Amino acid sequence: MSDLLAARSQMGVSLAFHIIFAVVGIAMPVMMVVAERRWQVTGHAIYLDLAQRWAKGTAILFAVGAVSGTVLSFELGLLWPEFMRFAGPIIGMPFSLEGFAFFTEAIFLGIYLYGWDRISPGAHLAAGGIVALSGAASGVFVVVANAWMNAPAGFELVNGQAVNVDPLAAMANPAALPQAIHMTLAAYAATGFAVAGIHALLLLKDPANAFHRRALAIALIVGAPAAVLQPISGDLSARHLARHQPVKLAAAEALFQTRAGAPLTLGGWPDMDRRETRFAIDIPSGLSLLAFHDPGAVVKGLDAAPRDEWPNVPAVHLAFQLMVALGTYLALVALWAGWRAWRGADLAHDRWLLRAIALATPLGFIAVETGWMVTELGRQPWVIYGVLKTADAVTPMPGLIVPFLTFTLLYCFLGVIVAWLLYRQILRSPEIPEWRGFYMPVDSRGSRKGEGA
Amino acid sequence: MTLADILAAVVFVALNAYAVLGGADFGGGVWALLAGGLRKERQRDLIAHAIGPVWEANHVWLILAIVLLFTGFPAAFARLGILLHIPLSLVLIGIVLRGSAFTFWRYGGEADAQQRRWGVTFAVASLITPVLLGITVGAVASGAVSGPRAPDTVFFAVYVAPWLTPFALSVGLFALVAFAFLAAVYLTLEAEDTELREDFRRRALSAGVALLGAALLVLALSGVGAPRVRAGLILAPWAVPLHLVTGVAAVAALVALWQRRYGAARVAAAALVSLILWGWGLSQYPYILPPDLTVTGAAAPAATLRLLVGALALGAVVLLPSLYYLFRVFKGRPTA
Ligand code: HDD
Ligand code: HEM
Ligand code: HEM
Repeated sequence: MSDLLAARSQMGVSLAFHIIFAVVGIAMPVMMVVAERRWQVTGHAIYLDLAQRWAKGTAILFAVGAVSGTVLSFELGLLWPEFMRFAGPIIGMPFSLEGFAFFTEAIFLGIYLYGWDRISPGAHLAAGGIVALSGAASGVFVVVANAWMNAPAGFELVNGQAVNVDPLAAMANPAALPQAIHMTLAAYAATGFAVAGIHALLLLKDPANAFHRRALAIALIVGAPAAVLQPISGDLSARHLARHQPVKLAAAEALFQTRAGAPLTLGGWPDMDRRETRFAIDIPSGLSLLAFHDPGAVVKGLDAAPRDEWPNVPAVHLAFQLMVALGTYLALVALWAGWRAWRGADLAHDRWLLRAIALATPLGFIAVETGWMVTELGRQPWVIYGVLKTADAVTPMPGLIVPFLTFTLLYCFLGVIVAWLLYRQILRSPEIPEWRGFYMPVDSRGSRKGEGA
Repeated sequence: MTLADILAAVVFVALNAYAVLGGADFGGGVWALLAGGLRKERQRDLIAHAIGPVWEANHVWLILAIVLLFTGFPAAFARLGILLHIPLSLVLIGIVLRGSAFTFWRYGGEADAQQRRWGVTFAVASLITPVLLGITVGAVASGAVSGPRAPDTVFFAVYVAPWLTPFALSVGLFALVAFAFLAAVYLTLEAEDTELREDFRRRALSAGVALLGAALLVLALSGVGAPRVRAGLILAPWAVPLHLVTGVAAVAALVALWQRRYGAARVAAAALVSLILWGWGLSQYPYILPPDLTVTGAAAPAATLRLLVGALALGAVVLLPSLYYLFRVFKGRPTA
């Protein structure tokens, strides 16, 4: 494994790991707050149970998100010093704003988790609301930085140096808006459906369980609208690609030749030698229609770029197909659930719907990961599109396979532990009283002995 | 003062805050490892309760420092990333293990053997990370993180030699002791009964003495290890007043502990560690990475610096009241 490949792999693994926690950190607080609000309005203790369990899950996931994010901010320098030397002054701004958003998030999460009996109910709810808002804000800021790598703006290139740096113009790059919308929706859709799916599964076993019914409802309220909007926002992203990153779109669609009336390619395997996509279903003029809203429009193919500036076409194409397929599935399930609810049906007794929702549990997260594959792999060989090659940005440090393997193992290990902890939390019946004590330590310290709760 | 100077000072303030707040969280882990005697479990409980609500917020100071560093001083960030790759990667592993182990320990559920193992992981990571952080500071202070190398230099000379020095190691030791000292002092305030408080008072006093020892060791090694810093600390016009104030803080911390005036001890201990940090910073100014990279030389273009300082001012308006609120809710109770 070359050092460049090791560095790319380490960055990819770190981000793929972090994004899971980031996504949960954006959406989970919303559910927590909705549940707590329901409790305050209705007085049903079951909502309090829900809010507190979700808060506990959020606490575990947030901590792992925070430490893996810290690793990322160092890795920008440890793996890509030349990228940061160039890009730091230009896109440091959103990262700095993100820093403040993290700060707000961490502060109010601490208050939320440990403050049940220390502040007024209104203040407590507000703290949760601030966590949700600042979580969404941190996601948006970091995605804006990433968007700049895709659509660099806010500087001029003179002899390889950036001059006339304008960080605000860099933040206002053309990719920022589509990516920020798409990412934020993705967080709500993925987390909402993951939580809804788990409770749907449990409802299949025990349809009368009031706890799971309410959890399902709240999770769907967060996840379903986002899932419906996601294809629309994805179309916005694709149209952005058609204009600003044609090679990425060509790779995603496995379109080898530039042509008018380009077809939409479903599935298939891009054959790189013959430069054609085999076994695919083509919808005539579909791509032109989607990308430019004109069936006759010319869409650039891979042949618009020299061969050594192509990304890994099969990987990008496959990832893109997967995301779109999953997005379509989630949107359809969301519409189905919405329609049933609108007709006044009892979702908890609609077994086919429950099965469909249960199946969706991991799908949103898979869509998030594959979506990022499209974005990041599709940008290769550039780290800053059209400006700086990834190979020129990597650290001169040799032996990068060692940190790559170390961090990969560390993340695998953490992933297993987190999954196990959450599993233990969820399988535990909500009626057990002692876990309540953990979040509402009435007499606080001293009374409980030993480790843990 | 230029904009770059102001920004460098802010980065340093963030590091300072990380040292006196986040550092104490590491120190807490050290005492969790060293917990002993009759009140072992209660000591650990106290530590966990003290750290729980604040460690994430304390941790963000480090992130803020890093983010400001790469935005404002990209050349310094790039060089640190290359030459200190190994110790910084190890710091990261320590941070990951400590943060996640602490959370698993406290939120994991039943008190079983599994939980105990997380407690140990948390404590051991808390022991190692400060040493590595200190080592990186030592490497910077010694002027070994210096500019361009011949591409064919051997691996050891480029990536290991800058930080594997007696001086850097002594700074690592110093950081560990300082963090443990801070934690013990703060914990005297957190404890709600006399016995626990006495436990941590004794620990704070011995850590205070150990800190003086570690400081002398650093000083002794600095002659060879970091001549620039040493010269600064002896010759600069501010050197004598700074030493005086630092000395006063040290004595005040120990005396206050002795007399059981814990509030005063907390202030003095935090001041002591901060003063030592600022002594380091001032002595290597105007260099951000001695011997060749100055604050101005590493700075980003003026447009970036202006915006960044503006954003900092704005951010502070949100941040400081929130932080105040956090600490008031959880740390503001009077010592009973
Ligand atoms: C729940 C997750 C999810 C779902 C259901 C979808 N996406 Fe997506 N997609 C993402 C999650 C995601 C993502 C992980 O969040 C990405 C990566 C970068 C970004 O901004 O969003 C992304 C990127 C991304 C890009 C590349 C943007 C770029 O590189 O600038 C395109 C063109 C689409 N998506 C298009 C779609 C379409 C047409 C969908 C129709 C169903 C769709 N996505 C569903
Ligand atoms: C969290 C979702 C993300 C995922 C899953 C992800 C995934 C990846 C992957 C797989 C790579 C390796 C690509 C390759 O070299 O073939 C990569 C590279 C990289 N990513 Fe991302 N990425 C994400 C978001 C971001 C964001 C938000 C940023 C910065 C603001 C970023 C910055 C980088 C950098 C600097 C590289 C290395 C250079 C390069 O390979 O182009 N990524 N990422
Ligand atoms: C698209 C990609 C990303 C998204 C949406 C995202 C979002 C988030 C969110 C919501 C959090 C809060 C913690 C949590 O809830 O778990 C977080 C934490 C963090 N992220 Fe990311 N992030 C992304 C990529 C990155 C990258 C590339 C970096 C590195 C520069 C980074 C650095 C951090 C840091 C340092 C934290 C810890 C903050 C804390 O201590 O609270 N993130 N991220």
